[in-house]
Amino acid sequence: MKTMNSKSTAWRNDAYAKVTGIAKYTDDLKMLNCLHAVPVYSDYVSAKIISIETDKAMKQPGVVKVVTYKDVPGNLQFGQIIKDYSIFAHDRIRTCGDVIAVIVAISRQQAIDAIPFVKLVAEELPAVLDAEEALKEGSPLVHESHGSNIANYHCVRTGDIAKGEKEADIIIEQEFTTSRIEHAYMEPESALCWQRPDGVMEVFGSMQHPFSTRRFVASTLGKPLSDVEVKTVPMGGGFGGKDDTAAIVCARTALCSMMTKRPVKMTYSREWSMRESYKRHPYKIQYRMGLKNDGKITFVKVRMVADGGAYCSVTPWVTWRSTVQCCGPYEVPNVHCDVYGVYTNNIYCGAMRGFGSPQVNFAIEQLIEMAAEKLGLDEIEMRRRNMVHQGSITVTGQKLDMHTVSLEQVLDIVVKESDYLNKKQKCSFGKSENDQLYGIGLAISYRGMSLGAEGTDFNSAIINVQPDGSILLETGVHENGQGSESAMILLCAEHLSVSKDRIRYRQPSTSNIPDGGTTVASRGTLLGGGAVVNAAKQLREHIARVIAPDLKCKAEDVIFENEILYDKDKKHKISFNEAIRLMYSRQEYPYSFGVFQAPQVSWDEHTGQGNAYFTWVYACQAVELKVNAKTEQITLLNMIAAHDVGKAVNPELLKGQFYGGMAMGAGYGILEKCDVKNGKVVPTNLHQYRILRSTDLPEMTAIIVENYDPVSPSGAKGIGEPTNEIMAPAIANAVYHATGKRYPDQPVKIIVERRDTEAQSHGEKK
Amino acid sequence: MAKIKFILNNEMRTVDVEPNETLLDVLRDKMGVKSPKCGCDRGDCGACAVMIDGKSVRSCLVFAIEVNGQEVTTLEGISQPKLTKLQEAFIQFNSFQCGYCAPGVIISATELLNNNPHPDLEEIKEALSGNLCRCTGYQPIFEAIMDVSRKRKK
Repeated sequence: MKTMNSKSTAWRNDAYAKVTGIAKYTDDLKMLNCLHAVPVYSDYVSAKIISIETDKAMKQPGVVKVVTYKDVPGNLQFGQIIKDYSIFAHDRIRTCGDVIAVIVAISRQQAIDAIPFVKLVAEELPAVLDAEEALKEGSPLVHESHGSNIANYHCVRTGDIAKGEKEADIIIEQEFTTSRIEHAYMEPESALCWQRPDGVMEVFGSMQHPFSTRRFVASTLGKPLSDVEVKTVPMGGGFGGKDDTAAIVCARTALCSMMTKRPVKMTYSREWSMRESYKRHPYKIQYRMGLKNDGKITFVKVRMVADGGAYCSVTPWVTWRSTVQCCGPYEVPNVHCDVYGVYTNNIYCGAMRGFGSPQVNFAIEQLIEMAAEKLGLDEIEMRRRNMVHQGSITVTGQKLDMHTVSLEQVLDIVVKESDYLNKKQKCSFGKSENDQLYGIGLAISYRGMSLGAEGTDFNSAIINVQPDGSILLETGVHENGQGSESAMILLCAEHLSVSKDRIRYRQPSTSNIPDGGTTVASRGTLLGGGAVVNAAKQLREHIARVIAPDLKCKAEDVIFENEILYDKDKKHKISFNEAIRLMYSRQEYPYSFGVFQAPQVSWDEHTGQGNAYFTWVYACQAVELKVNAKTEQITLLNMIAAHDVGKAVNPELLKGQFYGGMAMGAGYGILEKCDVKNGKVVPTNLHQYRILRSTDLPEMTAIIVENYDPVSPSGAKGIGEPTNEIMAPAIANAVYHATGKRYPDQPVKIIVERRDTEAQSHGEKK
Repeated sequence: MAKIKFILNNEMRTVDVEPNETLLDVLRDKMGVKSPKCGCDRGDCGACAVMIDGKSVRSCLVFAIEVNGQEVTTLEGISQPKLTKLQEAFIQFNSFQCGYCAPGVIISATELLNNNPHPDLEEIKEALSGNLCRCTGYQPIFEAIMDVSRKRKK
């Protein structure tokens, strides 16, 4: 515990509410005359629907309404990219999570009791449950109208792969697989909707993206966006998982409310959440890499197949990130990369913290070490010889010269702080006096920030100073629990030179601030913070214009410092409060609307070339662990991470992201796997889908690296996802150093050959 | 329906309950106490932890009818009249993010510190092993508990 933090000074605006239990999450809200809704699923995975019979369910005690596809006044079809998801199944069942009806009753229990009385008459159809099978000619089509099971395809074509093959001294080939995993946010989905007297459908919900929720709700109800107002309340975790599913739950609930003309709440049980909510994509990744004897990579050929399940969701974007980052943070002159997002009848997959990078990193960060070993090179030196540096060209042809490329810096820090080189010498490689095998391992990454060429990328902030000098702040960023509101407040205070105590973050509403896109892709601080800084700058300029005569100087010479405005020689001064009072008395509103538009990015879908992201972040994580050769247990001993974040806005909360990301990444490395059997999600609750517990986690060290990013108005980049994308390969590498055995399948499950263990591991070392 | 009477957060309360209603549902739906959260409804996540006569229990596994005549304390009760040292430390050490698990975690940690004023790290981990947290990686929670322990007189 000696290195543990003992002088923390964290600050967040919702701290008091959260430690006293008064923070109100969606299910904590109550409305008079509120009805309760529950979803109804089918037993099928793939079937043609003949009829959905609801009469018996309608007659059950307390049941007010059974809603099916027939009741949808607006659009039945949804999807952020391809509109292939039916809010209520109507002609087909495509996966186990399809909802055929929603029962609305006086009490939640009454609604649950009526579930068995909804009868589905259907004809079972052949299902396709494996992504490679789905790609084969003649395989059943999940969406016939789509014409194939390929939801999307991306490629990278760089240099000349044949030339790379010719130049290579050695070639290494390896297949890796990663599993489907569950977000396991602690709060299952919940929505509360009511039709306001003014005709607006008001939505409270546990969702990550109020604006896509508004789109889904408006589309279902057949209403304009202005007739739906989504208000956000504290959310019990998202990790990318509360986009589509959460918005769909809100849309169904809003429909129930519209039909019954009463408030309706729908709170999911963990079982429904696990059955219906999308997961992280499982991948199959096949690498062929060529290297020269000096360790330089001459080419990479890679094929990835992602099982997207029954619906497209954001699969094209997830797999696009995998495509752009297909070679890890390495310079590779010749690249041939093919990536497929594939439809199957499995539970669908979508966004999850990392978004297509954890899978690739799990593979490439092992492959680079396998190549190093084959060449007899040190794995750190191997990385140094290939990693991106200042001015490097990425595999998609982007020159990294707009910001500080700090990959080697973060690697050096972790190697030093973890004492990697010395500890590496102590690794067991399968040999030990007792059953304990020791290993240390690390992994590095770069990551394109925000959405990149996936989509439009801009955000806004409103600063509205009240006559008494107090400030209302609002941005298009959503508080997922990460502390975004606190970061926005701190940036606003810093850039207005006022105390944060003046600033109240306004409960966001989709009717007040423009659509800022979704709070994903680690873009909150970068995009929302950029908008806050720009809004503060405009406001300062406005105040300076109005107050300059009082300070007997020109507007551009007004200085803001510590709640006081001065002229440049500090001969005259005026307090912030007085300045605001004067503004109002002169009929000038101290109000500003700031926008940050992400710089231009580019992408050519045919060649896989372009400036994919406007800025990048760099990371290194390491882990020490023990493997028990008898029990096959992995025990984590410590974990360390260094991330370049651009600028730390709220350091303690930033470290919180490091710890949480490392922990989640460690779970991905050694434990987490959401099995699907015959198309059905196997785990039903948290006893079967295990996440790491307090007793599983070791001490963690967080090292913040700051290289101010000139492209970001605040200098800050982002942290949510980078922390969660390399602990798994670091663990896999450490396990190799402990056991002498490679585990190319995630999660790493130790399998000890029972007989002749000693000889086996010895044999594999060489 | 049966009438039960128990002390809830230092206040004598009576309420009508069905024999199969859980304490969690009764607290949340009938008594307006919302800090205990439902994360799994089967005792796996610990978000619904409350204290019965000073001992932490998962309120989703207890029938409300069982608490007749007992004393139930939730996070709302612990927070009165002011924040405890532990709650202050939770704020200082950023021991929560989304906050959904926090009520249960604080209940478990309070029970630990009541019984063991100076727990070591292993004891802390053990005491929290029934509380799942997906945001923090637990470390800031350990730090807060250690800090309270450190500042207490031996």
